[in-house]
Amino acid sequence: MNAKGFCHTTDKIGSTRKSVLKHKPSMTPVSSKQYADDVSLLMVLLDTNPLFWSSTAAPLSFSKFLSQVISFLNSILLLNQLNQVMVIATGLNSCDYVYDSSSGPTNQRVETLLQKLQEFVVKDEELNKDDSVDRIGSSLLSGSLSMALCYIQRVFRSGLLHPQPRILCMHGSQDGPGQYVAIMNSIFSAQRSMVPIDSCVIGSQHSAFLQQASYITGGVYLKPQQLDGLFQYLTTVFGTDLHSRSFLQLPKPVGVDFRASCFCHKNTIDMGYICSVCLSIFCKHHKKCSTCGSAFGQPQTSVSTSNQKRKAP
Amino acid sequence: MEVLTFAAKKFECNKQALEDGLSKKRGSGEKASEEAMSNFGNGKGKPVNDEEDDEEDDGNERDLEAWERAYADERSWESLQEDESGLLRPIDNQALHHAQYRRRLRSLSSASRIQKGLIRYLYLVIDLSRAAGEMDLRPSRMVVVAKQVEAFIREFFDQNPLSQIGLVAIKDGVAQCLTDLGGSPESHIKALMGKLGCSGEASLQNALELVHDQLNQIPSYGHREVIILYSALSTCDPGDVMETIQKCKKSKIRCSVIGLSAELYICKYLCQETGGLYSVALDEAHLKDLILEHAPPPPAIAEFAIANLIKMGFPQRAAEGVISICSCHKEAKFGGGYICPRCKARVCELPTECRICGLTLVSSPHLARSYHHLFPVTPFDDVAPSLVPNQHRRPKNCFGCQESLLNHGNMPVRCVTCPKCKQFFCLDCDIYIHESLHNCPGCESLRDSKSVD
Repeated sequence: MNAKGFCHTTDKIGSTRKSVLKHKPSMTPVSSKQYADDVSLLMVLLDTNPLFWSSTAAPLSFSKFLSQVISFLNSILLLNQLNQVMVIATGLNSCDYVYDSSSGPTNQRVETLLQKLQEFVVKDEELNKDDSVDRIGSSLLSGSLSMALCYIQRVFRSGLLHPQPRILCMHGSQDGPGQYVAIMNSIFSAQRSMVPIDSCVIGSQHSAFLQQASYITGGVYLKPQQLDGLFQYLTTVFGTDLHSRSFLQLPKPVGVDFRASCFCHKNTIDMGYICSVCLSIFCKHHKKCSTCGSAFGQPQTSVSTSNQKRKAP
Repeated sequence: MEVLTFAAKKFECNKQALEDGLSKKRGSGEKASEEAMSNFGNGKGKPVNDEEDDEEDDGNERDLEAWERAYADERSWESLQEDESGLLRPIDNQALHHAQYRRRLRSLSSASRIQKGLIRYLYLVIDLSRAAGEMDLRPSRMVVVAKQVEAFIREFFDQNPLSQIGLVAIKDGVAQCLTDLGGSPESHIKALMGKLGCSGEASLQNALELVHDQLNQIPSYGHREVIILYSALSTCDPGDVMETIQKCKKSKIRCSVIGLSAELYICKYLCQETGGLYSVALDEAHLKDLILEHAPPPPAIAEFAIANLIKMGFPQRAAEGVISICSCHKEAKFGGGYICPRCKARVCELPTECRICGLTLVSSPHLARSYHHLFPVTPFDDVAPSLVPNQHRRPKNCFGCQESLLNHGNMPVRCVTCPKCKQFFCLDCDIYIHESLHNCPGCESLRDSKSVD
């Protein structure tokens, strides 16, 4: 019974059988010391948005990008025998798992990944509807973040011996404002489970969502300058496990913008008005809230009170 | 004295029923007691006395303790089973699934779109009278309560970042404010842990009077709440407590009580009049559940709080390497901190109120923490595991975590499906999505269901 088989017996019965059968047993059981601090589970969220990769905003071609990322994933798997990598593709119309390092033949990793990625991209493109393609071109980051977090919860459920999970977003597309609430929910859930979200931004502009994600969850945010050397950035900044990060000087967060946008004009504001019922943000005083329809300053039944209420010091 | 012994007997009866429930399930502590708890109703506003009446009074022929009976009559070791490879099977899966199912049912009822009071001003009243020194909860009621209150405070600020808490202690027949209404969890916890000593009588009226005076000063858009953790079996009041209760009702303060000993009529009356919840804790795990039930915002009664526009500031982070005097500690600090957009004073942490100009300062993630109360995830539908294996419609894996949806006999296990995106999820993902993540991965991975911006 090998390492994986041993630790998986604490899983539910179904997955126990499957994983025992899949792995070639090497008959020595793994002592718990081998599941030490530096074993990591890396969830990579790969942006495959064709609108981004075919535009001028992409500083390198997708194939060059992919070759650097694959070398990086191989180096992660070489760092420790028990390291695990899962890749989720973030598409324009869908998201899906494309690679699992704990299953499949170990001498054909690249082929399996490329094949599944190809299938995913074809399927994603079929889902394109001509009338709903928005030229902004934001990919579904919230979907892949949610899927990654569900998988990480499954790893936590598998017992006391598990690798340390973290999420790495390789992202290039713009932020889609419609995903704000969903991404913030994922960020808070990651913060509670203590899963850092690292971000590597490929595009031409910074991503405010990913900056906030990395700041709140304690991950690293990086926008590499020279993308020919992407592999070097990846291995030096994102390659280390969580325990060893305390010994390294990693890029610090600079100038995370936590200002809000008003709901009426979508401008960033630094002072605004909040509806006390639904917490919508407005830049000017209104008579009625456009989100929840509550009339301000007017009680439903009893006498009216003034709008400006200050708390007594 | 009669009242006291009657109440004590009821409590004893409950304890044994609990232990029966525990020994039947034979599971790991948390899950089993949860299962046993769910047998007594979900504690949501339902007073425990209904279940107390249902329990038959067979305590007279008990000569063995409940834990002794678990070994003598129901031999829990005989129910262990081995699977094919000689390893021990984990605890009965059915019970686990059942517990999961009940949790789901509970979350179903709370997922409908009711308006919630998001800006809450909550007073926690902790009873530190002589009864709090009782040792039926180890090491004593007071210590257990303090521990659970600490967890509650952290959870409360996590779910309600714009709200404020104040602490009040009842001791020696008077009520004193441990901390004023404030938004920093550390200061409350420190104040509580420093003052843990119990003596004297408990006075409900004094506590309510104090809380009433304090809560009258808050802005009209805030929801006023009180949670009383009451261990005593009596209240020693200087006047008419009914008058005070009517005063609180008129001021629209929602009072809830969590009892630690037995049910009291006055507490029940208070909660009924003001629209709060009354529950009595059976043991420590149950107490934790009951307290944490109050962490998410309760349904808002429309005339209780007036909708208003609150002016708030969203400060930027100050530049690194700048030395300035912070307005909260009044000392020079290096780098970090936030700048108030109105008066440019430096504050150390958010959310807070600027001490110079009084502007409420928050960051957009704080507001975003409450958005999931406004946009909850639709509850998932059950999928009955049919007996036909490998149905073509059903995927083999859970969409969220890729866990297999077939057990080792290739029979489909119980799973759920999202009514909007029609993806299948396992039960564990269902619980995680509805309790922590608040996003459906299937809906988020579909372009169609997103609004085009």
